Amino acid sequence: MNGRNVIVVGGGLGGLLATLRIASAGHQVQLFSLFEVMRSHSVCAQGGINAVLDTKGEGDSVAQHIRDTIKGGSYLANQPPVKSLCEEAPGLIHTFERMGVAFSRTPEGTLDQRLFGGVRNRRTCFAGASTGQQLLYSLDQQVRRLESEKQVEKHEWWEFLAIVKDANGHCRGIVAMNLRSLEVRAFRADVVVLATGGFGQIYSPKTTCSTNSTGAAASRVFQQGARFANAEFFQFHPTAMIGDDKTRLMSEAARGEGGRVWVPRQAQDRREPLAIPESERFYFLEEWYPAYGNTVPRDLASRAIWKVTRELGLGVGGHDQVYLDLTHLDPQQVETRLGAILSIYRKFAGVDPLSSPMMIFPAAHYSMGGLWVDFEKDPHSGGLLAGSPRNHATSIPGLYACGECDYAYHGANRLGANSLLSASFSGRVAGEAVVAYLGGLEHSVEDDSHAAFDSEIRYQNQINHHFIHANGEENPYDLHQRLGALMTDAVGVVRDNTQLNEAFAELVELEQSFARLKLGEANPWANHTLAYARQVFDMVKLAQVVTASAHARDECRGAHHKPAFEDPPPAHSSPGDPAFEEFRARWKENNDQWLKTTIADYHPDGPRVGYEPVDTSLIAPEEPRDYR
Amino acid sequence: MSTSDASELSNLSPANAPMDESDTPLGADIEQAAPTPPRSLDAEVVELKIRRQDDPFSPPYWQSFELPCFERDNVVAVLRRLRANPITIDGERVDPVVFDHNCMEEVCGACAMMINGQPRPACSALIEELKQPIVLEPLPKFPLVRDLLVDRDRMSEHLKHVQAWVRIDGAWPVKESGPRVSQKQWAKDYLFSRCMSCGCCLAACPQYDEGQDFVGPAALAQVRLMNSQPTGRFDRSERLHRIMGQGGLSDCGNAQNCVRVCPKEIPLTTAIGELGRATTIQALKDLFGG
Repeated sequence: MNGRNVIVVGGGLGGLLATLRIASAGHQVQLFSLFEVMRSHSVCAQGGINAVLDTKGEGDSVAQHIRDTIKGGSYLANQPPVKSLCEEAPGLIHTFERMGVAFSRTPEGTLDQRLFGGVRNRRTCFAGASTGQQLLYSLDQQVRRLESEKQVEKHEWWEFLAIVKDANGHCRGIVAMNLRSLEVRAFRADVVVLATGGFGQIYSPKTTCSTNSTGAAASRVFQQGARFANAEFFQFHPTAMIGDDKTRLMSEAARGEGGRVWVPRQAQDRREPLAIPESERFYFLEEWYPAYGNTVPRDLASRAIWKVTRELGLGVGGHDQVYLDLTHLDPQQVETRLGAILSIYRKFAGVDPLSSPMMIFPAAHYSMGGLWVDFEKDPHSGGLLAGSPRNHATSIPGLYACGECDYAYHGANRLGANSLLSASFSGRVAGEAVVAYLGGLEHSVEDDSHAAFDSEIRYQNQINHHFIHANGEENPYDLHQRLGALMTDAVGVVRDNTQLNEAFAELVELEQSFARLKLGEANPWANHTLAYARQVFDMVKLAQVVTASAHARDECRGAHHKPAFEDPPPAHSSPGDPAFEEFRARWKENNDQWLKTTIADYHPDGPRVGYEPVDTSLIAPEEPRDYR
Repeated sequence: MSTSDASELSNLSPANAPMDESDTPLGADIEQAAPTPPRSLDAEVVELKIRRQDDPFSPPYWQSFELPCFERDNVVAVLRRLRANPITIDGERVDPVVFDHNCMEEVCGACAMMINGQPRPACSALIEELKQPIVLEPLPKFPLVRDLLVDRDRMSEHLKHVQAWVRIDGAWPVKESGPRVSQKQWAKDYLFSRCMSCGCCLAACPQYDEGQDFVGPAALAQVRLMNSQPTGRFDRSERLHRIMGQGGLSDCGNAQNCVRVCPKEIPLTTAIGELGRATTIQALKDLFGG
């Protein structure tokens, strides 16, 4: 075997596709995961994956997909990667189809497509309402095949703790902890790929994310010098089912299939929802955004729900909840196309969405921000330069990132059904870049001395020792709860500088509380509390980056909304009207200052926030977002 | 679709009642149970009786806990609450209970355990529908790691054994669309594609055990799925051969437990039946060189 040694951390869509790509080039891959890879959070994605196939005769085009993505993200996504993402989407769908994904079908047996938010064409391929599960399983199967061929070695139940750098600052492997024996061990690799997902758990329990979406791995490499970008852009999904342990996602597909969001016009209306006549219902999305109605992008829908409940006081029963109504739709059709979410709602709420409207509210869902990654633009096509080792490289040489843990593709807001697409696409691109990087790598990691590896193991063992023997009064579970409540209140759907300032101070206090920790568990076998406490600590560090970045950005852009700086398009105006053109001029002026990628660098005293320009070489930022 | 009322199910636990075909089928009335309307919780306190084990080699022991619970709480939510403050009914502070969970919306399959003698995902087991004290035990049939955490790696090994994948030339993009699939075919395949490897079917299967070769219903259902897939079909005889020998289809005792406990309502026994016919035909082909 002439192949090199590569480590991939994370077994969701991004990590598995990167693994496939790297292994098929003849390299050995060691795949690390906190649990069996098939349980990665990608399984939870419900709605679908975008690709322009124009199966519905709507004249959909790749150019339109690019435009929707860029405009949807308020022009904050670098455009060359978005261009390639959209162009490659149909090929990815066909690849998944070949792997056996049970995509939903039209009566004539071709791929069916449906409507998602921020878009007017049916562009979303889906497999019932469990698309993520189907895509992930197909990759899991392919990787299992490679595993049986000894091309891939899985290390499940291992937690990534740190990368190991050589004297030149190049990443040469990782240190990980066995979650059963607690053994801390170094693993050498010529290159490392992080595909460790998002960080919704900093908002726990008000998040749709899995318990392992902590962002701890990304936070750890940030603390080791990797740059973090656009941390303040966190998507709150408008339609999540309320719960005390977590909020469960009710896919945007519910709106795409015709679901309507409403509240009673009269505050504190006590009637059963279906007893309220049509005329006394407030379909606020349809009223405020007639062109897109219930399928406005997620940031707008979340904020509209926030406004209706928090500002207008019209939440159902006076609470933080609005109706998502499917009862007027054909039950047979809804069952076929949304079966999985109906089943979740029935099981967890005990109510059938076919006979009674669902109660929903926005919840933390997807981190658009993440580890900063590079790209190389192809001067001819304007997209990514295929096979460039710069694509998806982090600011640490030899360390790559893909999937939700990187920041590329979405900008200030993510289009529904673009996440499965970006996770898959970025996994493949990162895999290709890694192969190119290896081609230019002279020294194999096998020749490196032990010193750096040994010293990182010692350091990580010291941290474990500190956590296990700390004898204070703070409990990691309580600390996590405090973190989640703080972030939900102060760095959530709407933001305010005074509150953000206070939140940051509280986060610093929270970090200091770890000095007074007590794990309350001494068993050295499968000690989950240790791993958990370490994760919560790194989540606090990451939450500081989110809060500092949100504080620094004084404007409203996509998921980052500061009412103090709000400047909506003037009512009843359209392009050409003097009022609208004045608004456009102000919007462009604001862009001069803020159409920039936020970059956070680690510093022991707190994150340092700066900015870098966005590549807007394909579509000039001329059109403000306007979904009315 | 049915919200099972597990409190009415027989309290069969592998620890005290070894299962064989003559036993009362596990979860016998799950299919008949009507969806339970939500009802307010009488008790604001839940009592858990948990089978604990500190590591794979130490003896198991039981501990009971009492803790507050709220409307629509599920077993995972309560276990999460417990780990922050693990004090037994006797007032003794103990180590937090170790259990596996991840998505908490019955998609990832991680949190399956024995709940009042039934194997099921703990996240969708609502407290108000369970008889108290709620008895929690680890899934049987798998090596125990600690407390309620087991190692289900065998499931992955069995998927490897039956070659549960579509052999493709490579994961690169291709331009042309795949073959057409009828909606009817899709609907059948879709059922099987939702298997989340939670292990409930294996926990309930009298033929599946650590000491035996039987690959179990989950892996067999994946053979059924791969063999009907337009391209996966090319390797169908290879997969059938894999399940024709020892540990394969003939080890199924037709107890039907698997299909009753499957949280995703996957028609496992239908798959096994279809595979029975397919392997018979395959055997004839092998014999006559068809």
